Amino acid sequence: MAIRSKSARQGSRRAVRTTAMVGAVCLGLLTAACGSGSGSGGSGGGTLTAYVYGDGAVKVQEAAVAEFNKTSKVKVKLVEVPGDSYQNKLNAVMGSPNAPDLLYNWGGGSIKSFVDAGELLDLTPYLTQDSSFKSSFLPSVLAAGSLDGKNYGIPMRGMQPVVLFYNKTLFAQNGLQAPTTWAALQSAITTLKAKNITPIALGGADAWTEQMWLEELLDRIAGPSVFQKIANGDSSAWGDPAVLKAAQMAKQLIDDGTFGKTFTATSYTNNAAPTLLGTGKAAMQLMGSWDYSNQLSNHKDFATKDEGWVNFPSVEGGTGDAADVVGNPTNYWSVNAHTKNKDAAIAFLKAMAASDYANKLVANGDVPATTSAKSLLSSSPNPAFATFQYDMVEKAPSFQLSWDQALPAKQATQMTTEIGKLFAGQVSPEQFVTDMKALK
Amino acid sequence: MSRQAEARSAVEEGGPGRAQGGPDGQDQRGGDRRGRQEPGSPARRSLAARVGRPSPGWAVPGVLFFAVFAVAPMVYAVYLSFCGSWGGLGTPQFSGLSNWTRLFQDSDVRQATVTTIVLTVLSWAFQTPCALLLGVWAAGREKNRAVLSAVFFIPLVLSTTAIALLFKAILDPNFGLASTIGPWIGFPDGNIIGSPNGALIAVAFVGGWQFIPFHTLIYQGGARQIPEVLYQAASIDGCGRWRQFIHITLPQLRHTITTSSVLIIVGSLTSFETVFLLTQGGPGTSTTTLSYGMYREAFQGFDFGYASALGTALVVVSTLLSLLMVKFSGFGSMRSTREGM
Repeated sequence: MAIRSKSARQGSRRAVRTTAMVGAVCLGLLTAACGSGSGSGGSGGGTLTAYVYGDGAVKVQEAAVAEFNKTSKVKVKLVEVPGDSYQNKLNAVMGSPNAPDLLYNWGGGSIKSFVDAGELLDLTPYLTQDSSFKSSFLPSVLAAGSLDGKNYGIPMRGMQPVVLFYNKTLFAQNGLQAPTTWAALQSAITTLKAKNITPIALGGADAWTEQMWLEELLDRIAGPSVFQKIANGDSSAWGDPAVLKAAQMAKQLIDDGTFGKTFTATSYTNNAAPTLLGTGKAAMQLMGSWDYSNQLSNHKDFATKDEGWVNFPSVEGGTGDAADVVGNPTNYWSVNAHTKNKDAAIAFLKAMAASDYANKLVANGDVPATTSAKSLLSSSPNPAFATFQYDMVEKAPSFQLSWDQALPAKQATQMTTEIGKLFAGQVSPEQFVTDMKALK
Repeated sequence: MSRQAEARSAVEEGGPGRAQGGPDGQDQRGGDRRGRQEPGSPARRSLAARVGRPSPGWAVPGVLFFAVFAVAPMVYAVYLSFCGSWGGLGTPQFSGLSNWTRLFQDSDVRQATVTTIVLTVLSWAFQTPCALLLGVWAAGREKNRAVLSAVFFIPLVLSTTAIALLFKAILDPNFGLASTIGPWIGFPDGNIIGSPNGALIAVAFVGGWQFIPFHTLIYQGGARQIPEVLYQAASIDGCGRWRQFIHITLPQLRHTITTSSVLIIVGSLTSFETVFLLTQGGPGTSTTTLSYGMYREAFQGFDFGYASALGTALVVVSTLLSLLMVKFSGFGSMRSTREGM
C-alpha cells in the first residue's frame, strides 16, 4: 500500500513538471510567432506595396508599374494574389502591420469594412483639387467606387456591364428581333420554346448569375433608388413592392421553362452555360461583358458571326430608365490611410488617368472607364463590342454595382443563399422578401 | 445466439484449444488471458512493471503538437463564438451570447442540420453493407481476391478533389453522362445534381465511392482476425455459409463495425469537400451541410464569430455522438469478442 501511494505521488509530480514544460514551450512558440509578425513592416523603405488580383489582365498593371518605377523614387511593388483567395487574403492582411499601401478592389461592400475601420484614405480632396484628374473618368463609374459620397477608389481596369447576349442567326431563323421590351422578350421565349431551343442559358449552379436577373428587373421596375437604400444599410427596403414584383417575374420565367429544366445544375464557372449559348442550344444569356472574350476563345465562329448584344429590355409600367446599367463598373485602386508614401501613391493613381494606360487596357481587350477612351477603341481587338459597351456605360444615368459586391460580405452571402433558394423553388417570392428583410 | 454458444462450446470441448487456434489467434489469446486477470491483483501489477511503460515525457511532442494545432484553435473558436460578428479586422470583443441565440433561431441552420443528418444516415447505410460484404469477401486468401482488392482500393488513393470534379463532369446534365444515366434511375432530364434529392444522393454516393475501400480494408483486417476454428466447428455442426456469416462473422466483427461506423458518421458529419466541389450546397440550400454552411459564413461572409459558433456546435455534436455510439455498442468496455474461448 505504502509503495503504491508513493509512486502515485511521484507520478503526479512528474505530470506537473511535464505540463509546465509544455506550457513553457507553447509560450516560446507564441512569442516567436509574434516576433516574426512585427518584424517585417509593410510600407516604408521607399516602396509602395500594391495588392492586385492575379489573373490574365494583370500584365497591364505590371507594365504600368514598370513605367512608374522608371521615374519615381518610391518604387511600387506589385503583389499578385491568385484568383478566388483575393478577398480572403485582403481581409486577413488589412488589419495587420503587413497591410498593402495600394489595394485592388471592387468598390462597395468589398471595402466597406475597411472604410468603417478607418483603413482607407478618402480620395475626394485629391479629385476636387485636380479637376482634370476627376473629369478623366466616367462619372457613373467613379461614383460606383464611392461610399457615403466619398471617393475611395480610382478606376484601374476595364468596365464589365451586364449585357443580354443573343444568337443573331437563331433569332433571324425564327423571325425574332433583339428584345428591347419585356413583352418582346416574352414572345421570343414562347417562340423559341416551341422550337425546342432553350430560350435563355442560365448558370444557376452559381447564384450570382441568377442575381443578375433580379438586379436588372428591380432597376427597370423602380430605378436604382430601392437598392441604394438597401446598400446604405436599410434592410427594410427589401420590403419595397418592386422587389416582390421582380422576384415574381423571375419566378414566372423559371416556371415557364425559360432557363430549361437543368439550370440549377448548370454552372457558369465551368463554362457549361456559355457553351449552351455558343453551340446554339440556347438562344440568349444575360451575362457580364467578360463573356464575350470567353466566347471568342471557345466558340470563335459564334462570337464573330452569330453573337449579338443588347442592354436589358425595358419593363412596361416600370419607372426605371432603360439606359441604366448593372454589373461591375470596374476595379479600383484604394489607398491605405496609414501609408508612409501618400504623395507617391497619389502620383501612381494619376497615372491611371493617362491615355497611355488606357491604351494598354484597350490593347488587352478591355474598355477603360476614362472619358478619353472612346477614340482609342478602334484599336481594340473587338471594336464593335468595345464601342457598344462604352456607349452603353457613357449614356447610363446609373451603373449599379453587383449586389453581392455592393453589400458587406456577410449580408451578401446570406443574400446569394436566398436568391439560390428562390430560383431552386425552395421559397416563394413572398417568403423571399420576408427573408431578405431580416438580413442583418 | 445459441448457435454461437454451441460453436464456442465445441471449441472448448475440442481439446487443447491453443494448439488449434493457429498462428493468428495465439498471441491475441495470450493477451486476453492476461487482460482478464482481476484488476489490482499482484500478477497484473508485476506485468505493468515488466512491460515498462515509457515516462510521460515521451508524449510531450505529440501533446504539444496537438495542443498547438488542435486544442488552442478549438479553444479560440469557442472564444470567438462569444464575440458577436467578428470580420477579421481589429480585435474581437467579447459580446455575450448573440451568436448562440442566432444559431438556435436560424432556419438555415435547422435545415442544414437535417441535411447533415440525412446525409450521415445515407452515407452509413450505403457504406457499411458494401464495405462489410466486400471486406469479408476480400479476407479470403485466394489470389483473385487479392488482385481485385488492390483494384477496389484505388479510389482511396485519389484525392477528394479529383474525385469530386470527376463526378461533377460525369453528372453534368448538359455535357456529362447524366443525360444518359438519369432516365434509368428516375431523373428524365438528367438533372441529378440539379434536383434536391438527387443532389443529396449524389453527394452520399460520391463520398461512399471514395471511402468504401477504406472501410473494406478495416473489415478485411477484422475478418482475418476471426479464428478459423469457429468456422470449422460451425461447419461440423452443419452450418451453411449464410449461417456462418450471420452467427460467426457478424458477431465477431462487432467492434470492427463500431469502429467503422464511428469513422463514417463523424466523417459525414464534417464532410465538406464533396459538397463544396460537387454541388456548392445547391440547388438552393438542398445540400448545404453544417460544415459547408460554416465555410460560407466564415470565408464568404467573413463572419468568423458566427462561423465559430457553428463550428463549436459541430464539434460538440460529433463528440457526443461518437461517445454515445461507443457507450451503447459496448465498444467502450473493450470486452473481447473471444471471451470464454
